[in-house]
Amino acid sequence: MTGTLQMLVTIAVIALATFATRVLPFLCFSSREPPAILSTIEKNLPPMILLLLVIYCLKDVQWFTAPYGIPELFTIGVVAGLHFWKRNAMLSIFAGTGLYMALVQFNVFSFL
Amino acid sequence: MIEMEAKRHEMREGNMDLFLSALKTTVPVFLGYIPLGMAFGFLLDGAGYHWIYAFLMSLLIYAGSGQFLAVALLAARAGLPEFAIATLLLNLRHSFYGLSLLEKFSGVGKVKPYLIFALTDETYALLTTTEVPAGGSKARFYFYIAALDHFYWVTGSVLGAGLGSMLDLNLKGMAFVLTALFVVLTIEQYFNSSVRFPFIAAVGAGVTSLILFSPEKMLLISIILGTLILIGREKLGKGNLRVNKGTGKTHTQTHAAAAKPVEDNAQEES
Repeated sequence: MTGTLQMLVTIAVIALATFATRVLPFLCFSSREPPAILSTIEKNLPPMILLLLVIYCLKDVQWFTAPYGIPELFTIGVVAGLHFWKRNAMLSIFAGTGLYMALVQFNVFSFL
Repeated sequence: MIEMEAKRHEMREGNMDLFLSALKTTVPVFLGYIPLGMAFGFLLDGAGYHWIYAFLMSLLIYAGSGQFLAVALLAARAGLPEFAIATLLLNLRHSFYGLSLLEKFSGVGKVKPYLIFALTDETYALLTTTEVPAGGSKARFYFYIAALDHFYWVTGSVLGAGLGSMLDLNLKGMAFVLTALFVVLTIEQYFNSSVRFPFIAAVGAGVTSLILFSPEKMLLISIILGTLILIGREKLGKGNLRVNKGTGKTHTQTHAAAAKPVEDNAQEES
């Protein structure tokens, strides 16, 4: 029973900590105006953060051992190329994912 | 009376369209959250916890990397302060998400607390990139996207905890769908914005953090680094960085509008 209670308290603590990080900016700027510098920065955060999320997705790639991140970089190139060409989000995403799954499951770059 | 009925019916149909549109928007997140959620559920199950905890954690915490970290801390028998501090630091990047949504979330009415609660990386990416369908309610559309993503995550983790050990699906590589989603959304941002500097800042900050810091820390550090670069550029007066379709609307105006008591549906995007 103490195990259950301890687990529930732990979950509550993690949930509160997570929510705190999400609600913080809304609490800070609900009544007062954000500083001018912030409102210009705020407009530029989404493009920057989205590209950072792409880079973040590559965080676990082993760049110095085979296959040197080539499946990831190659597929990202294909997704970007497809998207610049057709601009069809579903096509770019699913063709890219299918390609990547094939590349890693059949170990296409095993010759490296 | 009949007129009102017709109107109500029309509205319900409009909501259905809005829901279907949100459903379509969230398909990549569905495909990403199911295997990732399953991985979490499987891990928690492997650590010896009942599936009900996978359900509760995904429902109440709802943070991918945060929950993976929690499993590691549980295995290490960490104390509550460690859970709190580690989670705060790992998820601090979400504060930056809120910073860029202050305006978008003003005037969404009673769903605002839930939208803030459900602000994951993927939901943030969709909300900042997807246009609200013409004539649709912004509040509803955002709510559908956030709630659908949340639902996929909970479903995935319960599936993982329940049958992860029995199923032998080869989902290897499927989580790449989220990478592809971020690539596509980045390109959409590129098309929609007139300035290129945020992308340069991201490459600089991202690659630097990737080289210098551990994988768990790199996202938060790179966001802080990138924001500092943006501020530095702004302070140096290299022109106004303003981007996107917020055309000409200044922050002061929108805040003044948001300060007035508004109905849920009163502030719509045209």
